[in-house]
Amino acid sequence: MSETIQNLASYDPFADTGEESDLKVQGYIHIRVQQRNGRKTLTTVQGLPADLDQKRILKAFKKEFACNGTVVQDEDLGEVIQLQGDHRVKIQQFLASEGLASKDKIKIHGF
Amino acid sequence: MSLHDEKPEQVEAENFDFGLKKKKKKKAVPDFEEVAAAETETAAPEASNGAEAGEGDEDAVPEGDDAGNMFADLKKKKKKKKVTLEGEEPAQEEGAEGTKSEAFDFGEKKKKKKRRPDLAEFEAQLREGQTGEDGAEEEGTETSGAKKEGDDTWQGSNRDYTYNELLSRVFKILRQNNPELVGDKKRYTIAPPQVMKEGTKKSVFANVVDICKRMHRQPDHVIQYLFAELGTTGSIDGSQRLVIKGRFQQKQIENVLKHYFMEYVTCKTCKSADTILTKENRLFFLQCESCGSTRTVSAIKTGFMAQTRDARKAARANA
Ligand SMILES: [Zn+2]
Repeated sequence: MSETIQNLASYDPFADTGEESDLKVQGYIHIRVQQRNGRKTLTTVQGLPADLDQKRILKAFKKEFACNGTVVQDEDLGEVIQLQGDHRVKIQQFLASEGLASKDKIKIHGF
Repeated sequence: MSLHDEKPEQVEAENFDFGLKKKKKKKAVPDFEEVAAAETETAAPEASNGAEAGEGDEDAVPEGDDAGNMFADLKKKKKKKKVTLEGEEPAQEEGAEGTKSEAFDFGEKKKKKKRRPDLAEFEAQLREGQTGEDGAEEEGTETSGAKKEGDDTWQGSNRDYTYNELLSRVFKILRQNNPELVGDKKRYTIAPPQVMKEGTKKSVFANVVDICKRMHRQPDHVIQYLFAELGTTGSIDGSQRLVIKGRFQQKQIENVLKHYFMEYVTCKTCKSADTILTKENRLFFLQCESCGSTRTVSAIKTGFMAQTRDARKAARANA
């Protein structure tokens, strides 16, 4: 009982959903690709929960996908993981199987 | 045999299984043999159409004393019914094919597709039913020999209307009063994007403007989405082609367009693509022209863009 009431209280349907704010607020993890020179690509993972240690995740990614990568600090978006190569689907699977995020909270962008 | 006698039998038969069509044929000529046959049939309800139809014919021929001119009718009816039966399957196959080909166009969403074939099929049946007799796979019609198309055949007879007859009546009236509904089975197809390479680092998307027009969306919006999803930039050249940085294949662009279509064009409620996108204080609304529903759609966000070598170079040059 009390739970449902709390749920009601925690969500204000009339709150202003600014375009900028919901970049973070929505809680989606965005995985994107970007083309570099030639046939090289970059994968970026944006919106991982802040309580996770991005460096450790990066380490796991690098080992799992056998690629290099870095953590980039973005003013608006916080920490973003960058990986070499297109690992979008693998990242989604990895995050889901490790229980770090549910699949429907992960958005894969690009082609 | 009077019509009244027939009625209860039919009802019973219907209770047994859904082989309604076949049953009905037989019902028209009710005799004891037949009832027996029906019973055996229910014992083995999977009997094939052909066999049953044949049975019905044979039953009919030796039977007919009281219903002399009825017979001619009956036979005709049987034939017609067979036609509908056969016609039915192709229609369904078509539907399946439709869904397959759908993968290609941007009409997206299998569900929508499925609906359409259904409707089309139903209409086909309707049409068939009307020229031949009343609505799709009807029983009934034992009485009149003279049915004009679209007549409510139960009128003037003392039998009851059937569900199917009523259903087709409803659809007929609906169509008569709303002619615009008839044309609405068009599929929302979009020409495939024409994408080619330009040099080694750029791609050209030649028919953006055309595609945007067909989707009734501003090219700017579509292009913004393309760039955001592909993580790149580009520009429109003199002949209205979109030049995109990076190498992209037609398939890839098509994928992104499909997502765009689902996100910003199709109505989630009725799957119609007949929608308007409006912006009201920072929020985008998608309003459906078919069903009138409105939903908000998220603004296009570019998200994180990794710094490229070019950007670094530019930054250094500026510094
Ligand atoms: Zn709608």
